[in-house]
Amino acid sequence: MINLLINYQKVSVQEGTTVLAAARKLKLNIPTLCNHDDLCVAGNCRVCLVEQKGARTLIASCATPVLQGMEIHTNTLKVRNARKHVVELLLSEHRADCTKCYKNQNCELQSLANDFAFGDHVFLDLVEDHKYNIDRSSPSFIKDDSKCIRCQRCVRTCSELQYVSAIAVANKGAHQKISSFHDRPMSQVVCTNCGQCVNRCPTGALVEKTYIDQVWDAIYDPDKHVVVQTAPAVRVALGEDLGYDPGERVTGKMVNALRQLGFSSVLDTDFSADLTIMEEGTELLLRLKKAMVDGDKKVSLPMFTSCSPGWIKFIEHKYPEFLPNLSTCKSPQQMFGALAKTYYAKKRNIDPSKIVSVSIMPCTAKKFEADRPEMRASGFKDVDYVLTTRELAVMIKQAGIDFRNIEEAKYDSIMGDSTGAGVIFGATGGVMEAALRTAYEIVTGREVPFRNLNITPVRGMDGVKEATIKIEGCVDAWKFLEGAELKVAIAHGLVNANKIMKLVREGKAPYHFIEIMACPGGCIGGGGQPIPTNMQIRKNRMKAIYAEDEHMVLRKSHENPEVIAIYKEFLEKPNSHKSHELLHTHYVERDNY
Amino acid sequence: MENKGLNKVDLIFEKIEPKEVLIKAFKMSSAEIIQNMLDSGLKGRGGAGFPTGLKWKYTAAEKSSEKYIVCNADEGEPGTFKDREILERVSDKVHGGMAIAGKAIGAKMGIVYLRGEYRYMLPKLMIELDSFHKMIKEIGYDFNIEYRMGSGAYICGEESALFESIEGKRGEPRNKPPYPTVSGVFDKPTSINNVETLVTAMMIIQHGAKNFTQYGTKDSRGSKVFSVSGDTPTPGIFELELGMTVQQFVNVFGDGDTKAVQVGGASGFCVPRKKFAETIIGFEGVPTGGSMKLFNSSRSMYNLLHNYLDFFTEESCGQCTPCRVGCQQLLKGVEKVKKGEAKSTYLNELMKLADSMKIAAKCGLGQSVGNAFKSIVGNFREEIIY
Repeated sequence: MINLLINYQKVSVQEGTTVLAAARKLKLNIPTLCNHDDLCVAGNCRVCLVEQKGARTLIASCATPVLQGMEIHTNTLKVRNARKHVVELLLSEHRADCTKCYKNQNCELQSLANDFAFGDHVFLDLVEDHKYNIDRSSPSFIKDDSKCIRCQRCVRTCSELQYVSAIAVANKGAHQKISSFHDRPMSQVVCTNCGQCVNRCPTGALVEKTYIDQVWDAIYDPDKHVVVQTAPAVRVALGEDLGYDPGERVTGKMVNALRQLGFSSVLDTDFSADLTIMEEGTELLLRLKKAMVDGDKKVSLPMFTSCSPGWIKFIEHKYPEFLPNLSTCKSPQQMFGALAKTYYAKKRNIDPSKIVSVSIMPCTAKKFEADRPEMRASGFKDVDYVLTTRELAVMIKQAGIDFRNIEEAKYDSIMGDSTGAGVIFGATGGVMEAALRTAYEIVTGREVPFRNLNITPVRGMDGVKEATIKIEGCVDAWKFLEGAELKVAIAHGLVNANKIMKLVREGKAPYHFIEIMACPGGCIGGGGQPIPTNMQIRKNRMKAIYAEDEHMVLRKSHENPEVIAIYKEFLEKPNSHKSHELLHTHYVERDNY
Repeated sequence: MENKGLNKVDLIFEKIEPKEVLIKAFKMSSAEIIQNMLDSGLKGRGGAGFPTGLKWKYTAAEKSSEKYIVCNADEGEPGTFKDREILERVSDKVHGGMAIAGKAIGAKMGIVYLRGEYRYMLPKLMIELDSFHKMIKEIGYDFNIEYRMGSGAYICGEESALFESIEGKRGEPRNKPPYPTVSGVFDKPTSINNVETLVTAMMIIQHGAKNFTQYGTKDSRGSKVFSVSGDTPTPGIFELELGMTVQQFVNVFGDGDTKAVQVGGASGFCVPRKKFAETIIGFEGVPTGGSMKLFNSSRSMYNLLHNYLDFFTEESCGQCTPCRVGCQQLLKGVEKVKKGEAKSTYLNELMKLADSMKIAAKCGLGQSVGNAFKSIVGNFREEIIY
């Protein structure tokens, strides 16, 4: 153990601990900015400077490991002056139009300014000296360099967590900036629109492209019937933006709030998640049958899940030769969208051209997905507007809804029923677990052999997870699977996806089915989730997802009554012609540069 | 204060038989070589002045099968051109110094990081490197040197940014610790030394530490190569014993009208005429990596400062706030004061900012911007304002 003194208080910590972490152990708050728990140490903003006795300069507490006998002071005059200077320097290169900014009151620079740089600023405004660019080319997010303070959190996120590096540092000195490949618009580079950078940007330099006003316009248009779907991961995170601690389940309140906002029908993406399981599970079993019974060598295995639009764009850019391995199933959002303007419209007797379909997603890539040209199977844009969890919170605040004190409510039907299997789509491993609960039962006629249906090997925060399930006691139709070992793998965060894909490319991946989610932790850690998001918060949300599952009466997708009904009334059976028309899609190869 | 006066020396460029010195060095143990360096009092010749013996001692103490000697030949400090001369005239001593350093720390691999603008020297250096490799082989020793080219960024002269550059990454300084002696290039223990330091180390082995300590002062041992430029009738490269005052220097190199000497380049200090006599050139006074620029009364100190700030604003890597934004603020600030758009008292705020940059910036670049700024504004305030 290393013993040191911070502000004359003794503290003992493990070797390798940073001064910042040691101070936090003493409940001393040292302000930070470029530091983020998910990312490697940068030490570049210099906000967390402290004084080390005997050192010539101040030291960055986030980047300095503790030493035996070290004496640290966090609040000396020297430190205060330097810190004030640093914050004022940052403000001088930041276009501070706070009252107009989407991040107003949720901006780390603003709160530092509040604490350290109130009153008149000493330094000259540098924003006018730069010809800043606002990149609105992506359907998912806006990059405004005039608000960028070069902390490089986004750059580290994109390379360390996502293995994409759509953005990187360019130029030096006064001209240094966060740029894309050859300074191209973000829509024209290898970017997955995952929004992890948006989630980690401490200012308003990276924000989601918001469609709040368009949604309000639709709600207030008397000619429109506005349906809204809510993704599984939203209900365990929305509360954070409305005064709750991370991990609080606010499903019922959210449904009530959506109704109060004026949506015509409040429905659930969990329904189409259940539907996805029926389609994707069947697709997997059919691929296995083709491979094992028909001896078809061309069957693309392992099969990959296709729910995560960030992952889809990643594989389209980076591993296009494996596009046939992707499940052809649309994501639950897009299945829902296609059905909203066909099945739902028909059942409710509404002109589909009058339906506006809105989805609430933990995700920014979903905005891109909804814009894809393939996503118009209903004859219309299947999903018109995608809002993030954060945008929904803004709408709830705008409407003056007292979220904490409203009653809980239930989803509308049709397409509002769900099972626990649909809910767990929100966490890494969830699609796999949901698929196994259903597929195993189809094949064997029995429930998966895990206590209380909880398939724990596929759960948790390990970057890459694997599991093997032995299939025994098959029903007649699936006898060929008797004794087979189904090997599955799960990856979340594209850096982990890349690990698996490398194995697949090298022929070293022995799996049949692989679930991949673009974001760390799966959708609960999505780019559209409340800020901040970090490991502890993801864990809390994950716990809430599984609690939600446990509280459901129905926990297997094939038991969802509305899913059973839709096959009976409309789709006939999984992977039917109609299903293929509405619920399945194809992918495009994209350049990788 | 110890004052040696101005004495010209001819050690660095002296032609020697490197093979004999190397054979002598390779017979010594690592500890012996390091002890020689410690006894000599040699401090790094790049400007920062870290004791060479200590650097080697720390690197030698690291347990690693792979270590590196890196020769910093990214001579980028404005007004410094002595490493170029050394490499042109006595590259055999540079390579030899690297081999000795390699023996001291236990490295079999040396890398010379050569300034991008010096690419023209490469063909000749390659031929000389070939002969060096042959000679080393003849001696029966195993040490290999590679050249890596810089691309023109000043910041890549900073040791950890230099490593990043060698590794093919963007040249940005790393957080320290870990120091290069523990984790340098390719994350291996590395001793990074200036061109001149390595040559001097070889001379110390040749002549003995005791001989070396006859030159210079207690804090600044030995002789040093100076790059003299500016308003002087005799610009060029001169090897001088350390321990002279700026006055003694100006007496020899000045044009009779010297009003200031910038010691140590853009990141160094500006010494005004009134302080010539009391300022020793060396680690006890104003240190320099070799750059000595003389200015006579025809020169505007505002222009000089503006030029330096412009340089730093451009050459900061841009990574840390104090340096990236601080340089811009200092530059824009003095412009505003000069134009009368800001009060002259704004200079006081900028002086405080320069103080903060000294202690808050991540690397030596940002930390030393304040040197030139404070010494020029402090000594020539009127010239900045009017």
